[in-house]
Amino acid sequence: MSTRVTLATAGRVLRQLRHDHRTLALLLAVPSLLLTLLWWIFDERSPQVFDGVGAVLVCLFPFLVMFLVTSIATLRERSSGTLERLFTMPMGKADLLLGYAIGFGLVALLQAGIAVTVAVWPLGLDLAGSPWLLLVIAVADALLGVALGLFVSAFARTEFQAVQFMPVVVLPQFLLGGFLLPREQMPRLLELLSDVLPLSYAIDAARLVTATPDLTAQLGRDLGVVFGVAIALLGLGAATLRRRTP
Amino acid sequence: MANNVVVQVRGLRVVRGGAVVLPDLTLEVRAGGVTGLLGPSGSGKSTLIRSIVGVQVVDSGTVQVLGRPAGDARLRTRVGYVTQSPSVYADLTVRENLAYFAAVLGAPRSHVDRVMHEVALESQARVLVGRLSGGQRSRVSLAAALLGSPELLVLDEPTVGLDPVLRRDLWDQFHRLAARGVGVLVSSHVMDEASRCDRLLLLREGRLLADDEPAALLARTGGRDVEHAFLRLCDETEVAA
Repeated sequence: MSTRVTLATAGRVLRQLRHDHRTLALLLAVPSLLLTLLWWIFDERSPQVFDGVGAVLVCLFPFLVMFLVTSIATLRERSSGTLERLFTMPMGKADLLLGYAIGFGLVALLQAGIAVTVAVWPLGLDLAGSPWLLLVIAVADALLGVALGLFVSAFARTEFQAVQFMPVVVLPQFLLGGFLLPREQMPRLLELLSDVLPLSYAIDAARLVTATPDLTAQLGRDLGVVFGVAIALLGLGAATLRRRTP
Repeated sequence: MANNVVVQVRGLRVVRGGAVVLPDLTLEVRAGGVTGLLGPSGSGKSTLIRSIVGVQVVDSGTVQVLGRPAGDARLRTRVGYVTQSPSVYADLTVRENLAYFAAVLGAPRSHVDRVMHEVALESQARVLVGRLSGGQRSRVSLAAALLGSPELLVLDEPTVGLDPVLRRDLWDQFHRLAARGVGVLVSSHVMDEASRCDRLLLLREGRLLADDEPAALLARTGGRDVEHAFLRLCDETEVAA
């Protein structure tokens, strides 16, 4: 592992995004626009709905977007031959993965920062806990998305396939994560299933910040699970990267 | 190193997608000149090159590069590699691409300007690679392999589709590098590039047809040019078989 190579990779990933103005604009603006839409839907009739789910959505958008962006970026790296070239150079697998995680993690920080700001101030999201804590959860979720995207891209041959992994990998986690119905009220089998899906803990954490002002042990555990799974997935992603290919 | 052998391939067998691409290949590449790896497309040139730079899964045999097994971590700053299709980032400028690869290699930043000059792309330094022509992209890809100070350059069809003047300049550049002691292995499916090489390896269906100097090859086969010599060798091997 080399700090020089890792940071150069993170910088390169950010430079690529900087040249792609449209993607950058979509990344930064879409979560806030969707939150505004949600607020508007419920504003007159039942504003408490926005207060109930706003925090969860603030955390879900970075996860979703980072998953997509990362899986396609890594797939491109494989199909364009740049990955093969990098692997003939002094590029460690960990350098590449951490470079991506740092680069996209910084974008996620900016994205989540804008979403939290818009939700809390102009839209008046009512949070019992600290908005800073919400930001930390959102960034943890984004890293989870980056790690999952890196891992899943190993199983996709084309960009079409990579995009199709989104409903397969993300939507079930969203449905089972306690967003629609509290997890303990779901059928027992589904509840057990949701226990092993990392997004359940992310949603749980966002709910805790919505409802309680303190940094509880449960919140710490949730955040630990999300960060831990992200790191484990990065490790698995490293295992799917091969210097030698058939 | 001893008798200048930079690449030594012994009994190399590679199977890709169920097809035997290289059945049992043995050859050597020496420094001190430009070695041309010539053969029609599908003859196994790229597979051999991928084996030499250590990114190909091989079934059996050995590949030694600069005295170490191909793909050895210590070779990664010593071998420059250009893939067949340009492997650079379309959404970065020419300079950003080269600066990134220089950082990965640990090469000085000054090399970025040097290699842009060598492939005549200084005027495009701030242009996104995605906006360049195919030939210009190949040059960016080639420039990346010239970063650092590789002791062996392995180039897979680096001059395809390039302007004749630039192609001549690049071959001159390969010869200057070879004269400095850098091992240069260049593949091509264009037989007329053979005359620019100091030594030729002719490959067909994964087998080595010839390993000789161009003049000696022509004398031996009585061919007018390398294309002719190639055909004669093909006929000979078919008669023998």
